[in-house]
Amino acid sequence: MKQGKVKKDGSAPFVAVENLRKSFGSHTVLNGISLSVGRGETLAVLGRSGTGKSVLLRLIIGLEKPDSGSICIHGRNIAGLALDQMGEIRKKMGFLFQHAALYDSLTVAENVAFPLVHHRAEMSRSERTNRVRELLAEVGMEGDLDKMPSDISGGMQKRVGLARALALEPEILLLDEPTAGLDPISSGEIDDLILKLQRERRMASIVVTHDLHSARTIANRLALLDQGNVVIKGKYEDLDQSKIEFVKEFLKLS
Amino acid sequence: MSSSLVTAVAGIDPPLQEQPELSVSSAVKSITGLVNGFFEWFGSLGIFLWQVLRATVTPPYEWRELIRQLDEVGSKSLPLVALAGSAVGVIISLEARYSLSRFGAKSMFPATLVYTVIQVMGPIITGLVVSGRVGAGIGAELASMKVTEQIDAIEASAINPYRLLSATRILACILMLPLLTIAADACGLLTGWFAQAMVEPLSFHQFIASGFKGATFNAFLPPTFKTAVYGLIIGLIACFQGMRTHGGAEGVGRAATNSVVLGSLFLILADVVLVKFILVVFP
Repeated sequence: MKQGKVKKDGSAPFVAVENLRKSFGSHTVLNGISLSVGRGETLAVLGRSGTGKSVLLRLIIGLEKPDSGSICIHGRNIAGLALDQMGEIRKKMGFLFQHAALYDSLTVAENVAFPLVHHRAEMSRSERTNRVRELLAEVGMEGDLDKMPSDISGGMQKRVGLARALALEPEILLLDEPTAGLDPISSGEIDDLILKLQRERRMASIVVTHDLHSARTIANRLALLDQGNVVIKGKYEDLDQSKIEFVKEFLKLS
Repeated sequence: MSSSLVTAVAGIDPPLQEQPELSVSSAVKSITGLVNGFFEWFGSLGIFLWQVLRATVTPPYEWRELIRQLDEVGSKSLPLVALAGSAVGVIISLEARYSLSRFGAKSMFPATLVYTVIQVMGPIITGLVVSGRVGAGIGAELASMKVTEQIDAIEASAINPYRLLSATRILACILMLPLLTIAADACGLLTGWFAQAMVEPLSFHQFIASGFKGATFNAFLPPTFKTAVYGLIIGLIACFQGMRTHGGAEGVGRAATNSVVLGSLFLILADVVLVKFILVVFP
């Protein structure tokens, strides 16, 4: 099994991607990228639309299979695992989809309870109800338990999606464009929420976004993708001081 | 099957970009594409069926969802199936009376109605009605979930979507079709008798005694329980079409239509094989 590189503080990264390649037909989306994220870290993956950012998250959660390369979760390479082998790995991960992907036939509370119903069978109904209320209170949605996803706004759907992603106390959080389609105030609220959750839970997080302002707010490190490659990675200051034309152009226009 | 073959069968105009060019080489390409699409479709269906089978027999089992689907497929289809069965009973009664009178065989009316309804019309009408209602519903529901990433969200939550969504629906169809067929048969016999009794005096007791005279279980049970195979076809095709959808609202519509058309088509073709099988195994 391929292990992730050991970090300077001696800890192994929670998520380590090495030489990852993915193509759809003749279109190469990821061309050998390598990234890692440790406990308590937030890595923002930036880039233009269509550069494979969301595909990276889908590869990590196992919704797509890479053509080559490794994806290590706590040192275990999951790149070739089948659907029924991914179960225990996925329970450690929470995923917020770009459009929240709430189950439209279930209420807000039922959406958040969904992972608990399937994976925490030992919980009583009242324990589960209390846990759902706690999760929704964390994201500011405690007053909307019985509403349907179609009755709430896009920003509220993202909050519920986030609560659902946190239901199983994940160690790794994957966020696909958490502020996409939101107004600046709602985007700021989502950023603040992510920061608060990160401080409290110290998860390893990967946030895919094209919103540089959001990335600077919530991330410890940033990685900029272009044409399937990582052009630069590091703190915002590293990007700001970069002489690479694409990086300068991206920062100027963001 | 390639979308061209399906749209041809379904009688739907293909999207503009699929309009073929008119030349010999494009005709050859079209035929090759059709053949490739044919094998790709069946290959994918086989893989899908294998994944569903594996998910069905490995725990944890989705009992709650199965019960919900039994209600969706069974209880909610009952009024429509009963109505269809009733209409078929009246039609057969009217036609049989006329035909049998011409040949001086009016006394054969009860047996004709009973055997026609239970062995032939009841099963096939039930299958087609359920294929339309349930097949379209399942195809559209799963297709809508697919295009809005809800199925991906289920998988990302470490829940097997083949077990939760497909296995439950397919099992519900398999279990409910024979029961719905019995309901359709009962309604057909009742209305068929009533249509006849309106013209000539015939008590229900006389009708049943005469209709089932000399009948054995072999005459009626196999045709009723063959509808479990119909249920497998309806559920499998609908779930397969739904879970492989792409293309937004157009894709959802296509999945719903294909679920009904292909489900009905394969159901009728399967009936040909099943009828022969029953005649050989249960003479």
